Amino acid sequence: MKTKKVGVVSLVAVSALILSACAGSSEVTLDVPDLPMIEEVGAFEGELNIVNWAGFVEPAWTDQFTTDTGCTVNSRAAGTSDEMVTLMRSGEYDIVSASGDAALRLIVGGDVQPLNVELIPNFGDDIAEGMKGQLYDTVNGKPYGVPIGRGANLLQYNEDVTGGAPESWDVVWEADSPYAGKVTAYDAPIYIADAAVYLMYHQPDLGIENPYALDQTQLDAAVALLKVQNGIIGEYWSDAVAQITSFVGGNTVVGTSWEILRKFADTPSIKTTLPVEGSTGWYDAWLVSSSTPNVNCAYAWMDYTSQASVNGAIAMNFGMAPANTAFCASSEEAQAHCDEFAAEDEEFFGRVWAWTTPIEQCLDGRTDVACTSFQDWTNAWLTVKG
Amino acid sequence: MGNTLRNDTVSAPGQETGSRKQSKPVSTYLYHREKVRLGALLALPMTWLIGVYIVSLFLLLITAFWVVNPFTSRVSPGFTLDNFISVFTVPAYLSTSLRTLGMALAVTAISVLLAVPLGIYMAKLASPTMRNLLAVAITLPLWAGYLVKILAMRLVFTENGFINWALGSVGVSSPGFTMWTAIITLTYLWFPYMALPVFTAIRQIPGNLFDASSDLGGKAFITIFRVVLPLIVPAIIAGSVFTFSLSLGDYLAARFTGGATQMIGSIIASNINLNPPVAAAFSMVPIAFVVMYLMVARRTGSLERM
Repeated sequence: MKTKKVGVVSLVAVSALILSACAGSSEVTLDVPDLPMIEEVGAFEGELNIVNWAGFVEPAWTDQFTTDTGCTVNSRAAGTSDEMVTLMRSGEYDIVSASGDAALRLIVGGDVQPLNVELIPNFGDDIAEGMKGQLYDTVNGKPYGVPIGRGANLLQYNEDVTGGAPESWDVVWEADSPYAGKVTAYDAPIYIADAAVYLMYHQPDLGIENPYALDQTQLDAAVALLKVQNGIIGEYWSDAVAQITSFVGGNTVVGTSWEILRKFADTPSIKTTLPVEGSTGWYDAWLVSSSTPNVNCAYAWMDYTSQASVNGAIAMNFGMAPANTAFCASSEEAQAHCDEFAAEDEEFFGRVWAWTTPIEQCLDGRTDVACTSFQDWTNAWLTVKG
Repeated sequence: MGNTLRNDTVSAPGQETGSRKQSKPVSTYLYHREKVRLGALLALPMTWLIGVYIVSLFLLLITAFWVVNPFTSRVSPGFTLDNFISVFTVPAYLSTSLRTLGMALAVTAISVLLAVPLGIYMAKLASPTMRNLLAVAITLPLWAGYLVKILAMRLVFTENGFINWALGSVGVSSPGFTMWTAIITLTYLWFPYMALPVFTAIRQIPGNLFDASSDLGGKAFITIFRVVLPLIVPAIIAGSVFTFSLSLGDYLAARFTGGATQMIGSIIASNINLNPPVAAAFSMVPIAFVVMYLMVARRTGSLERM
């Protein structure tokens, strides 16, 4: 597993280096609270409180879980990663379906506990390689997350207007974009990474190695690019429905999107593409609260949802690539879903930088400079929109 | 009626005086104790005011001085003025505050411009049927959900929406989602709060004042500006408190119909999870604006006449 990854020039490579704990100088060891993991699964507590993305927890698969274990599932859907972090810190929830931009914040904050994967038999060989041991949920060699699914932030375009797939993200970044005023962008600080991905390709002299490890100069360059973009933005989107109506209604022609939103738009001329620069993406995983009183139900839930059929049902319901690729071969419908969402295409996801919380320690291994934290990104993001 | 009721409650006959005294122990108790009486009267509203209103505002204010751990984004108690300073020193924050103030003033001004002529027509010229129809038309949108109305405006202004569909053939095109669209949406949302008090105030102007103005040679516009307007200023102030303060605090209109327009509420909404102290500091800005507005209104003396 480790040797496979080192060849890939991506976050995968960086994290593999970290995980394999080489003696090299690029080793990143993060300061995280030393929390114990459980040794064995005991009696079920009868209750499980979940913070999740809408569509992750549905009666179609929770009923069976409750029958099997006696754990009643209470679900609370969150709208954003930041809301998830806030909810998990309230101490009222046992488990969260965190995206990578939330996971590292929770891990370094001591809000979630390391996992004993031996107790989760379904977290095995069928889980997609690109979703195992990634930096966003595996710290200092300890896994904190059980993968659920992933998706890329793709360039969505209206073919009637563009007349073909744009090859580059430049249509959403450059002031002379032919679609100025009809561009949309994702309304969250993590979108700064998208600017960094674009700069990595077009301004290599900035020396960005990882879009989530930006020093102050690199962050300033990304913010400058975002301010240029602000001039051609029609709308920022955080609400999925608003984004869909904006594309369908003709107010937006190009912009960042998810495969599932393209599907919901249900308009033949609206398509997605992965441009030459690559992109960012979200990788979701279950993380267990460090103060949960229902840890046994949580482990049972993670194991239950990692089996191919349930994991596939979640992935199809939400519209993402399932973590358990064994699901793909289970039926024709499943295979079609996996193909549409590139579930088994590691080369595709090799060009996608998984959302990771930026922290002061440079995630690309640099030690001679301090990197900007998510708090810096938050403050920077608010100055972009002005 | 009251007597009958009181007599009904008297349990045993023949003990009228004594039982009457004893049948109202609470009243008797309160009658002799003025402070307890006052306390009983105010207990409920004061619990609400202090327990819910003041305390939550106070907690909000305190949070504005707290600090955020840059590593974990965790909020911890502390004391810093940085959050307040950033409201003035970060150019994006300052411009957002000023933009929001401008938008709220624009919404108020447009509402007044629409409400006064409409009020004069409804109060003095329209037939009773017409007046009732208009009153219903003004208040009807209040029955619809707030978010529903905003989304409706979004559909009206969208590229394939109502304006381009209905007016495209005569060369009128939708402005799309801009700051002005957000101002129009906000005006649509809050207009009834201006129109109703203005209409009521104009209705209360005695008809003979119009006659007097006319006798003294006042033309229609002179009458409006020198007779009607001075008399309805308190109503306009009352309405503007609503249009102004509600616009200041709004952000969904900007999010759904303002395109990239950012308002104070947008900054609070995006910071509420990411950086609660900054959000708390920012929530003081609209409060400051409203207090300033009320102080100006008080200076004009119109608050006393409300």
